[in-house]
Order: sequence, then structure tokens, then C-alpha cells
Amino acid sequence: MTLLETRRVTVPLRRRDTALRRRVGGRAGYLFVAGYTLFLFAFGVFPTGYAFYLAFTNELGQFTGLNQFVRVAKDYRFLPAFEHILIYLVLWLVTLVVLTVLSAVLLRSRVGPRTSALLRFLYYIPGALAGVASVLVWLFMLDPDVSPVSWLLTALHMDTFAAVLQPGNLPVIFMLIAFWTGAGGWIVVMYGALNTISDEVIEAARMDGAGPWRTAWSVQIPMVRQWIAYMTILAFASGTQLFVEPQLLQTASLGRIGLTWSPNQLAYVFAFQQGDFNGAAAISVFLLAVGLIAAGLLVSRSSMFRLDEK
Amino acid sequence: MRSSGSPTEQHRRRRTTTFGALALCAATALLAGCASADPTPGGSHGGSDTQAPSFEPVRQKPGSEITVWTDSTRLPSVQKYQKAHPGVKMNVVTYDGGADGSTYLQTKVQLFDRVGKGWPDVVFGTPNDTTWASQPTKPGANPFAAPVDEDGLVPQATLNGFAKGSLTPCQYGGHTYCLRNDIAQVVLWYNKKLMDEWGYQVPTTWPQYEALGRKAAKEHPGYLVGSVGDTNSQESYFWSSQCPAFDQTRPGTLRVDLSDSRCTRMSSLLDGLISAKAVSKQGFFSQGFAKNSGNKVLAAVGPSWYGQYLFKTAFGIPAKQMAAAAPLTWPGDKAPATGNVGGGVWMVSSHSANLKASADLTTWLTTSNDNQASAPTYPAYAPAAKAWLGNPANSEYFADDVSGPFEKAAQSVWTGWATTKFSDATAWSGVVLPALTAGHSLTSTLPAWQKSISDEARAHGYRVINK
Repeated sequence: MTLLETRRVTVPLRRRDTALRRRVGGRAGYLFVAGYTLFLFAFGVFPTGYAFYLAFTNELGQFTGLNQFVRVAKDYRFLPAFEHILIYLVLWLVTLVVLTVLSAVLLRSRVGPRTSALLRFLYYIPGALAGVASVLVWLFMLDPDVSPVSWLLTALHMDTFAAVLQPGNLPVIFMLIAFWTGAGGWIVVMYGALNTISDEVIEAARMDGAGPWRTAWSVQIPMVRQWIAYMTILAFASGTQLFVEPQLLQTASLGRIGLTWSPNQLAYVFAFQQGDFNGAAAISVFLLAVGLIAAGLLVSRSSMFRLDEK
Repeated sequence: MRSSGSPTEQHRRRRTTTFGALALCAATALLAGCASADPTPGGSHGGSDTQAPSFEPVRQKPGSEITVWTDSTRLPSVQKYQKAHPGVKMNVVTYDGGADGSTYLQTKVQLFDRVGKGWPDVVFGTPNDTTWASQPTKPGANPFAAPVDEDGLVPQATLNGFAKGSLTPCQYGGHTYCLRNDIAQVVLWYNKKLMDEWGYQVPTTWPQYEALGRKAAKEHPGYLVGSVGDTNSQESYFWSSQCPAFDQTRPGTLRVDLSDSRCTRMSSLLDGLISAKAVSKQGFFSQGFAKNSGNKVLAAVGPSWYGQYLFKTAFGIPAKQMAAAAPLTWPGDKAPATGNVGGGVWMVSSHSANLKASADLTTWLTTSNDNQASAPTYPAYAPAAKAWLGNPANSEYFADDVSGPFEKAAQSVWTGWATTKFSDATAWSGVVLPALTAGHSLTSTLPAWQKSISDEARAHGYRVINK
């Protein structure tokens, strides 16, 4: 009797409770995203909109169409800056993708759990250093007078700091700094992604005769390709924004690196040395367009957001 | 399996084509329809480069607080003034706009001009800062720097007391927009102790200098008579050779002709000395130089501040060894000419509500013996320079009296090397120095240097002449 009564009462209560929870949960959800949304609009959407406004107008606020873009693209520093960043991005993305995925696969398959945990922790440490601190570490490493690897620099015919910072070496130097700072975190993420692949799948591959490399190439990597695409998109976006590293090396090298090595530096010079905020905005919109096109290509090619494959 | 000809796919394709066509139409309309609006900054109404904008002070508030931006080196001077003038309300801010140059001031002023407030009343900066500060940063804005020769802010008699040519970078459109704090006239430094020991004569001409370098390199390998590897080496050598690298023939027009014989005579001389290993491609201020070669500098062509800051502090050369000689001359040149490596300026803001207090401070900082006699670098104001040279702290380190060479050099700075809106160091450091490191000769790099200066000048709105 009690049971029956309880059932009669409980069912509507549960429904009400669920409905209430849904309502409250819904509100809580909005509350949680409200802060993010607010900051997204304040520091993301609004500045982007303002950049578009500046890029399509002149300093009198007159609409100039695409003329600002044409003008900055004709600037003698524009193509070299984009060429520098392109070479750097190719080096950085290839190195990042190959080495992070390889390291994660090795950590997942060939290293014991304790060693793997220790290595993942060690990988993560450089990423915890702020960008500026990372560059300072590298300034120390790249100066043959104080570097612990001065023997290596000397062997490569780089006896002085000036020789290390020759223009042709810069993309490699920035790639090293970026890899050292950012790759560790991505190895940990890739390791996590590989952990989502069930042991049965790996076991089935092994039963079918696949060795470790075949398993990695044909099973593991295809199954985490969306993560790889995600990493590439974010690394590409951050790579196009390269600013702190060349700016600090410019100062440390006493001007041997140009003030406009990267497009972001060029935009900075336009804005704050030439007082040309419209031109600076046009360069920023160029960068945004390049980032969006690259992201679009990666998303479409990797089927990143295709739900039926998840 | 995908069907390329499915209705959905066809619909998608049609949609994509439509969007593409619309985007193309929009882009064409944007390009074609708006060509009349000038995208160039200041293009439609930028002020004439020959006329100084008229100066109208803001409403003055006598006795109001003035904000002073100074670099850390000049901070003790400002504090000294503050102590001696307790009635003047001052807000002193230290910033990184030292004589080495910084774009911080320019950046901030551009932002202040956009929001219409925030300008400091008095600032220490570089001569390059005056080039932009004497003109509006945007249409409708007042130039940041006030003309100090107007409204009796600084008497003409005071302005006349500055070393010859030292106020040239401050002058624009017939007005003076800054007071020069110090100059860095280039002299010939030499190690008197070594020269005496080896029986060498102090050169007075560039050919003698070249011969000294070759002789020293042969008889005492490793010893140097100079360096071209610093950010400012071109100011020591090419400015002293009267090379038309930054020849402002008229306001807004820059002549950059590095094929001129006054440039090639210097590059050839230096190439010879670099090959002989008598002149270093590494900078005096580059990493490791002080440790490895600091005590092997027999001579150096450089600014007056080399004495205390390079030889004494950085290289640790003992006292009574280094001496200065007057600038070197070229055979056939009627008068000696030399370069200038640095030197800061004080500017008064045109937005200041207390111009009198701001001008008084600026005048005191640059001309007062109380301040300048103990200043770290050679004062631009001639009477204060006398007091500076009379201070034993500025001369006791040297083997000889440096007064004569310093004064002669101060009056010999060549005014044909203009202070431009951009730094003369960028092209030298970014193009010439990497080429030298890669093994190219200085002479072979002159065309690339010329192109780099010309490109930069055009980007800053100059008309460039290359002949």
C-alpha cells in the first residue's frame, strides 16, 4: 500500500523535478556561458567589427572600399612579411604534427604507464612558461658565448650571436621556440585522444597481423585525425599571429632582425609608428581571412564536424 | 558512396555558385565604386611639409601640476629640479623613451590624440621624436610639441647658446620644437698607453687612420682600430664622411645617394680595414665583445660618451690610458666634419595647461650648470658644456685633457645628415650588418642599403631622390 502510494506520488514529483531541473539547468547553462559570451563580444567580436570598419574607411571615416587592402598589399614590407610567416608556418606545422603525433603514439604504445605519466608532465613544463620567458631562455641558448650547446652552434659555423641570427635562420629559430613552448601540451592532448580508442580496436588490428607502425598509421592516426586537424587549426592561427618572439629578438639582436619581420609586427608598425590605424586594420583583416580560409579547408578536408562519424 | 549528381548536391553547387557570384559582384563594386576616397593617411588634407602649423595654447592654469616623462638616466636631474623648486607641482613618470630610442612616446601620443586627453606636459625623447611631434598625428589634432620659440617660452638668446647645429633636429617650418639635452659628437678615441709603447702617431686624417689600422693589425694581430657592427656605427663613419644617406634637400624630400664618392671613400677604407682584421664586424656592444676583445681596442671612431660608458664601464680599461683626438679629416675637405651618435631632447607639450612651468623646467634641465655640470653626457648648451668639462668627474679618467677635441667636434657635426621620421639605424642593422656577417663587403652592400633607406623613407611619406 505504502509502495503504491509512494509510486502514485513519486511519478509526478519526478516529472516536476525533472522539469524544474531542466529549467534551472537551462538557466545555469546560460549563466555559465554568459561570462564567456560577454568577453567574446567585448574582446573578440567588437574589436573585429571595428577592425573591419577601419579597414574599409580612411582616417576621416570615409568609405574607401578595398583601397586600404590594395595600399597595404603594395607596401614594400607586406610580401616579405607574409613570405616569412609562410615559411615559418610550413616548418612549424609539419614539425608539430609529425612529432607530436609520433610522440603521443610512442607514449601510448611503447612506454610504461609510470614513465609515460612522467614524460607527459615533463613535456608540459615548457608550455607553462610565458611566451616572453621562453624567448629569453632561447636568447640564452642561441648565444654562443653563454649557450650550453655552444659546441653545436660552433660546429654549424655560428660563432657569434649575429651569425646565429642571420635572416635565413630565423624561421627555424622561431619554429624551435614555438615547438619547445607549445608541442608538449599538444602531445598530452594527442595522448588523451589516443586513449579514446578502445583496446578492442587495437587488439583486433593486432589479431589481423598489424604491427605497431601499421596500427598507428592505419588505425590510431585516422581515428584521431579530427584532433590533429583541431591542433593544426589552432597552431596555424597562433602561428600567423607571431609577434613577441621576433619583437624580442629584434631588440636583443640590436636591430639585426627587421621591425616588420612578421605581418603582426607590420600591423603594429603601421599603427604605432606611422599612425596609420586603417592600414594596420587592413593587415589584420588579411590575417583573419588567411586564418579562416585555412581553417575552412582543414575542417572540410578532415570532416572535423561531421557528426555521423563520431 | 557519394553521388555527384544528386539533387541535393546540385542544389549545393548552385547555391555556392550564386554566393560566389554575389561575393565577386560585391568585391567589384567595392573596388570600383569607392576609388574617390583617399586611403592614404593625411592624403586628402595632410598639412604642407614646409609650413609649421599655427600654435594656439590651451587655456592656461598657472600653478597647475605638470606631468613629466623622463628616462631613468635623466630622472635624477628632474628630481634635482623638483627639490630646488618645491613650489612647482610635478608628477614625474619614468618611461623607456631614452636616447636609444623607443616608439612608446609616439604610440601613446597617437592614442592620446584619438581620445583627446592624457598628454604629458614635458617629455625626454630622441631627436627622431621631434620629427613627428612637430606635426599633427592625425587630421584636426595639434602637433604634440609646442614651438618653444613662440610666446617667449624660451628666449632667443638662450636658443643661440646651443652648439652649432645641435638644434637643427628640433627645427621645423621656421620654429624650434625642442631643446637639445646633450650631443654625442664623434671623436677619435685611442689608447695612449699602447700608442706610446708601440711608438705610433695619433692620426689626424682618415688615410693616416687607415695606415695605423693596417700597421697595428700586422704588428699586433688582434688589436683593433674600430668596429662597424653596432646599430650606430654608420653615424660614426658615414656621417663623418659627409655621405648623403639622409640628405634632406627640402622638407619632405630626402636624397639618398650611396654611390656618392663621399660614401664609397668610407666604405672602401673600411673594407680594407675589415679585411686586414683591424676593424671588427662585431659591434662594441654586441654580446661577448667586452669579454673577448674589449682590452684590444687600440683606437675607435665614436661618440664622446664612449669614454665613460664603453672604455671605462663596459671594457674596464684602467684610468689614464684612453684619450680623445679631434675628428679626422679627409684630404681636400676645407673644414672638419663629424657625426653624432645619440643625444636626447626635451619637448614641451602643446596641450600643457602650464606652459610657463613646463618651459622653465625644460630650460633648466638643458642649460643650468647646476644640472648639466654633473650630467652623464656632453651638454648641447655651450656654456653648460664648459661647466661639464670643468667637472673633474668627467675628465679625470682620461690620459689627456679631452676638452679641446670635444669642443672642436661639437662645433663640427655635419648638418647634412638629417633627422628623419624614421631611425637611421633600421636599414643599417637590418640590411648591412647581416650582409657583413655573411661575408659580403661593405661597398657591395651599399645598393641594398640605399634601397632599404629609400623604401623606408617613401613609406614615411618622403619624396626620395637617388642621385
